[in-house]
Amino acid sequence: MSRIERRFAALKSAGRTGLVPFVTAGDPSPDGMVALLHGLVAAGADLIELGVPFSDPMADGPVIQHASERALAKGVGLANVLAWVAAFRETDAETPIVLMGYLNPIEMYGYAAFAEDAVEAGVDGVLMVDCPLEESHVLEPLRQAGLAQILLASPTTAEGRLARLCEAASGFLYYVSFAGITGAAQLSTGDIAERVAGIRARSKAPVAVGFGVRDAASARAIGEFADAVVIGSALVDRLSGAASAEDAVGRARDFLAPIRAALDAR
Amino acid sequence: MTEIADFHAWPDAQGRFGEYGGIYVAETLMEPLAELTAAYEKLRNDPAFIAELDRDLKYYVGRPSPVYHAERLSRHVGGARIVLKREDLNHTGAHKINNTVGQALVARHMGKTRIIAETGAGQHGVASATVAARLGLKCVVYMGAVDIERQKINVYRMRLLGAEVVPVTSGSKTLKDALNEAMRDWVTNVTDTFYIIGTVAGPHPYPQMVRDFNAIVGREAREQVLEQFGRLPDVITACVGGGSNAIGLFHAFLNDRDVRIVGAEAAGEGIATGHHAASLAAGKPGVLHGNRTYVLSDANGQIVETHSVSAGLDYPGVGPEHAFLKDAGRAEYVGITDDEALEAFHLLARTEGILAALESSHAIAQAIKLARELPKDALVLANLSGRGDKDVHTIAAREGIEL
Repeated sequence: MSRIERRFAALKSAGRTGLVPFVTAGDPSPDGMVALLHGLVAAGADLIELGVPFSDPMADGPVIQHASERALAKGVGLANVLAWVAAFRETDAETPIVLMGYLNPIEMYGYAAFAEDAVEAGVDGVLMVDCPLEESHVLEPLRQAGLAQILLASPTTAEGRLARLCEAASGFLYYVSFAGITGAAQLSTGDIAERVAGIRARSKAPVAVGFGVRDAASARAIGEFADAVVIGSALVDRLSGAASAEDAVGRARDFLAPIRAALDAR
Repeated sequence: MTEIADFHAWPDAQGRFGEYGGIYVAETLMEPLAELTAAYEKLRNDPAFIAELDRDLKYYVGRPSPVYHAERLSRHVGGARIVLKREDLNHTGAHKINNTVGQALVARHMGKTRIIAETGAGQHGVASATVAARLGLKCVVYMGAVDIERQKINVYRMRLLGAEVVPVTSGSKTLKDALNEAMRDWVTNVTDTFYIIGTVAGPHPYPQMVRDFNAIVGREAREQVLEQFGRLPDVITACVGGGSNAIGLFHAFLNDRDVRIVGAEAAGEGIATGHHAASLAAGKPGVLHGNRTYVLSDANGQIVETHSVSAGLDYPGVGPEHAFLKDAGRAEYVGITDDEALEAFHLLARTEGILAALESSHAIAQAIKLARELPKDALVLANLSGRGDKDVHTIAAREGIEL
């Protein structure tokens, strides 16, 4: 059983909803990155999505774009990201980490080399925003190495594809709660509950729901019907003004604590 | 080298040109792209649609554009005969209108009421605003803040045509960032919005659709050259940024194996300086803007900022079909520097009385190089893809002249 599977199994047997924070690697500070990852776990994270900065983040809204730009300006690359995961793993062997990003950085790193180095560092899966199921043959070396390929489903996904996604899902299936970019708009949770229930019934993997979750109330509403809740832009936004690594950890804690409490209270 | 039996048989059902192309986009766009592919597949074989498109191309765009034997230029160069396909004579002054007229008709058939587009130099933005005005569709054009500054006249032209021009301030604030922003808009507004991509890049079906709408350039030119000279050209050339005018010219000739095909990329200040936009000549296969193709990126896989005196060639990727043609050995791609393009611009102006766009001046420079190497009875066909009026300020500024 993989680390991701173990984590979701534990959540299920405890009757809890998973909390999945997203942060951009290297933001707000490269030096404080490992401390921030531990801080997320201390604040209640069950799994961490770590964004790999990319120069052309087509599917991301302004908050994550700017975080990406800040990290790139500090010279953050894929090798740094893997080094931070390896450092995190020295004292945390249980919290799964999924790298989220775009293909070109891995393409240039080399798929086979990346697969080997990512497993070695302790990465558990990848979510490649610009790699739908139809093109995922390029990720075969990653799957061979044991990395989960996290697939996305969205409100625009047609039935036929959805069935294929549910069948191919590994680690967890990420349901994008509305058509749009990260960090946009408010959710109307009533609309998506039924859809997610249908997907959960069919998916081979647990379903995490993200896009538009920004506070305890929206997290709690989503937590009613999802296996896990992903929270990204709102957290990245909160971290962006941090004055120091300690400040970033404090901000993550203050931001996530009420969300964790809301998820646990249901 | 791969043996390709029929170059007109691509892309395949997955939208791939060999290993290039494909659909590398976020999940949310998969269904809208599938809908577009289905609609386009139906329309491209529909006689009524084809007739409608032909009518627009004839009476609105002004096709066919002539093929012109540049005799004084040829004599000056002292080599082969140089022949120009005059896409600069189209309505709005460039080949871009061939594609926007076609896509706007597709948009209307799909019931979309809002057009979005990205633009670099502003030519595609103007061509999109033009067709939107004509069909009464709302039009939003995304343009990098840096490009808005260097192409003020085209920005104003778009506004005169009723389009909203949205400055893009992310990343390098140029064409690639405008494309990112247009994609974000499309993801968010897919139900009523049609995204008119201006070049043969992006996810399938765009590289195919944009090529199909521009392929009339090569079909006409092939017939015209045969009629005027009684034979096919020895070599054909066009400038390559994203590559829409080039694929437009090349496509009809791909199976004429004796016709040599040369694409001229922007070598900027020279490929060795790193200040260029020569994705095929100096890049590597990667993934950008929804397709697999040659891209210019650094060791970390970050897309680099490009340079060219011509904003329309200033793009770090290239259409996947060009990547395919390069690897198959069917087309060669070479760099033309800013200085070579400007020299060609002046030479064409003084010998033929034609102001070429800076983009097209790269093709002219390449045609001159090729003509020098060939005997006098040989034929070099170059795509004069656009007129240079938009570049007059850039050229004056570069030469220290205040207008």
